[in-house]
Amino acid sequence: MEFFKIKRDIPFMRHALIFNVISALTFVAAVFFLVTKNLNYSVEFTGGTVMELRYSKAADLEKIRHSLEKLGYEQPTVTPFGTARDVMLRLPVRKGSNGVVGSNTVFNTLCAAESGVTKQVQETTAKGENITRTSCASAAGAELVSLQRVGSVGAQVGDELATNGLNALIMVVIGVMVYLAVRFEWKFAVAAIVANLHDVVIILGFFAFFQWEFSLTVLAAVLAVLGYSVNESVVIFDRIRETFRKERKLSVTQVIDHAITSTISRTIITHGCTQMMVLSMLFFGGETLHYFAVALTIGICFGIYSSVFVAAAIAMWLGVKREDLIKPIKERDETGGAVV
Amino acid sequence: MNRYPLWKYILILVTVLLGLLYTAPNYFGDSPALQVTTGKQTVRINSDTKNQVADSLKRDGVPAEDVSLEGSGDSTSVRARFTSNDAQFKAKLVLERDLNRDPADPDYIVTVNLVKNTPLWMQKLRALPMNLGLDLRGGVHFLLQVDTKAVGETRIKGIQAAARAQLREQNVRHTGIDRVGNSVVINFRDAATRDQARNVLARQNQDLQFADAADGTDLKLIVTVKPEALQRVVEDGVKQNISTLGKRINELGVSEPVIQQQGKDRIVVELPGVQDVAHAKDIIGRTATLEFRMVDDSVLPGTETTAAIPLNSELFTGPGGPAVVSKDAFLTGDYISSATASFDRNQQPSVSLDLNGDGGRKMREATRPRVGKRMAVLLNEKGKYTVLSNATIQEELGSTFQITGLGTPEKAAELALLLRAGAMTAPTDFVEERVVGPQLGAENIARGLHSTVWGFVAIAVFMIVYYQLFGFFSVVALACNLLFLLAILSRLQATLTLPGIAAIALALGMAIDANVLINERIREELRNGNTPQAAIAAGFERAWATILDSNVTTLIVGLALLVFGSGPVRGFAIVHCLGILTSMFSAVFVSRGVVNLWYGRKKKLGKIAIGTVWTPGIAGAGAGGKNVAVKK
Repeated sequence: MEFFKIKRDIPFMRHALIFNVISALTFVAAVFFLVTKNLNYSVEFTGGTVMELRYSKAADLEKIRHSLEKLGYEQPTVTPFGTARDVMLRLPVRKGSNGVVGSNTVFNTLCAAESGVTKQVQETTAKGENITRTSCASAAGAELVSLQRVGSVGAQVGDELATNGLNALIMVVIGVMVYLAVRFEWKFAVAAIVANLHDVVIILGFFAFFQWEFSLTVLAAVLAVLGYSVNESVVIFDRIRETFRKERKLSVTQVIDHAITSTISRTIITHGCTQMMVLSMLFFGGETLHYFAVALTIGICFGIYSSVFVAAAIAMWLGVKREDLIKPIKERDETGGAVV
Repeated sequence: MNRYPLWKYILILVTVLLGLLYTAPNYFGDSPALQVTTGKQTVRINSDTKNQVADSLKRDGVPAEDVSLEGSGDSTSVRARFTSNDAQFKAKLVLERDLNRDPADPDYIVTVNLVKNTPLWMQKLRALPMNLGLDLRGGVHFLLQVDTKAVGETRIKGIQAAARAQLREQNVRHTGIDRVGNSVVINFRDAATRDQARNVLARQNQDLQFADAADGTDLKLIVTVKPEALQRVVEDGVKQNISTLGKRINELGVSEPVIQQQGKDRIVVELPGVQDVAHAKDIIGRTATLEFRMVDDSVLPGTETTAAIPLNSELFTGPGGPAVVSKDAFLTGDYISSATASFDRNQQPSVSLDLNGDGGRKMREATRPRVGKRMAVLLNEKGKYTVLSNATIQEELGSTFQITGLGTPEKAAELALLLRAGAMTAPTDFVEERVVGPQLGAENIARGLHSTVWGFVAIAVFMIVYYQLFGFFSVVALACNLLFLLAILSRLQATLTLPGIAAIALALGMAIDANVLINERIREELRNGNTPQAAIAAGFERAWATILDSNVTTLIVGLALLVFGSGPVRGFAIVHCLGILTSMFSAVFVSRGVVNLWYGRKKKLGKIAIGTVWTPGIAGAGAGGKNVAVKK
């Protein structure tokens, strides 16, 4: 099987201007949504509490919200989660307390609202592990509400996580730029980083526009995408360098077109394979991995686009010349150069 | 040209075998077990406990398959493994009855638990299963923050009290000692006295630094703690808190609790299987207190149990007793700033205590009139008292003194630990808490497993269809990659979380890139008219530089996440970095090995099965087109 039967180089760079305009527009739109709608940060960043409850019958969201407001939480978010019986609560940090919010108070209140009583249950799981948990049972002994998950983060920890996330991003950008500047040339470093940061901003734009939850795991996915699409640019740049060396008669534009054309098959197949894995996570991974997989999917799609159309085009606008790359290449000839 | 020397094949074989060995423990099932932990700070678990457990089980006809001593220090426990849940249940009743004299006040806690069935020889090779994170097995996670400011304040208060006492002892006249923020300011009338004071204080305590200041006619000496010394105090506080927490958590009877330091001043507590936050918090936050009380000398030693107890005294029996002591404590454990095991002037084991704040004054006032009489140290846990020490007061005691007459150095060390563990040395706050239900944990495992398996299958099918035999080689390499990754994670005893599983899946999805690069390159070489053998060699060699380049950038990302990430992101980052390293090895070295093994021997290789190699009409009319016909 062979998907790519390309007879001559596709003139990608002829349309560079159009692609760059499209990129610029998407970029501006993403920034616009980021500014106006902001990201929907998870409690890991903002501080606060998330609770997942499972009710024995369809949950009355209005009643839950009302109980929480009576406890003194301003604007608690109560949303169904998966099924009508599963509910997710998001509670902001209460002013004046640095510590975590009392999830047990909330549980007791909600249990009382269902006219049940909380009690401690000792039980042994099917596997034989000993478990003590708080259960909310009705007078008849049936379990009314069960606590599935609690996540609670103090405001200070949240701030630190946000700072660390930003630091990680900065370190990645600097690290990648230095590496590319050494391995290739500064124009390529700039082009690659601009192209791939544009991916990152677009992913964030999607998260802002749809108000998807931005958690630590999503941040990890975003950074992983950054590394992954830089890969992509590296492969194309490698090929550009090789073509400069081999084909002395071609113009800069022709060289770039040739490089992209000859790597396009590998680009699509690799990304297709990674995307298969990501789709598998999207379908089977459940709620926790959902946005992780979504971020990766957007990242992979835009990663192909940006490496092919944006990075190379920016390198072209920056004025890469044969001379930029020829010198270091002479020394590298023996080591086999870099090829796809 | 496509042949590996023998040692390379052996290397591949050995790594694969090692991979299998270290991955294997994860596949063994669990068997029911019981865990015996201490229920009191005064009861320690050691090999005697192990024998006691084994004997007790044998006597009652429910012999365990294996009884072993696990963990060390405060988290020591005895584990007994059984063949069936039934035996486990019976054994639990037996042990609870035999080990605890008083059921209402258990010395030992027996909990139901699971133990991996890893064979002994594997355990000896340190081939152990991976730990599962809380999001996969259910449990509670707490993050505690030590209040460093309060630690500093306590320390400076102690220094203030000590300085006052030392200056008085040495007859250095000052006109007042004040605490200003994080420093102690001492006023003097003349510079000579100030120098003298400085010498006295510096001799007594190496951790202090001094600065001179003047306010009008008053000369001031500003005493602060050296930053590194303060840092050490915080570190000690955190360590001490960890040991205190360890002891308290034992009471919860949790199997494999995690109590770790995170960063400079934070403690992570993870309790698998526990779902009850309120109860856990209660136990973690509780303080066992120490009390210093006078022994009632109206009761003759030896007659405590029979004599009439005076109205304002009470009798304590049990270990360390019997003792009749006053109902009033003249000092509590809050004033202890440090307790270390040492030796006294006669080279007898003893415990040296430092008191802070008003502790020294209180101690002095209480002991001055009672030299030659006895004083008791009591530990109050859950409202129950244990006599830790009952000793004669040799002289008037101040802010530093020794408890002697302890017998063995071990006993001294134990008492020092108890004195320290009495209270959390450094005040702590809960800054993060997470609870994951056991059901959710099981669901998460299934989700992680399914996404990885189906993703792998999809990639495998595509690769084999598209690249045929070379696709198969790539899949073999990818499977090796998975094996190596799991083996390394198991060997490192990393904790696997859901983001960690996601990282494994992603690592596989990205690792296939290397094989795609190689396969595409081989096709291209064939297209350019190279012979199959030359194409294979050139394909692998030329793709290597690109693979290296692209992996370096991914590795930069992984490292950044590792440095700045925390919690779930860190788990992700570790797997991400390891995945890149293993993929470079397996995709290049192992897959080349497989290809060489298959094709390397054939000298006249006409065609290779790498799927259709399409050649553009004109260029492909040469040798390339014929040589590379598809092998069906």
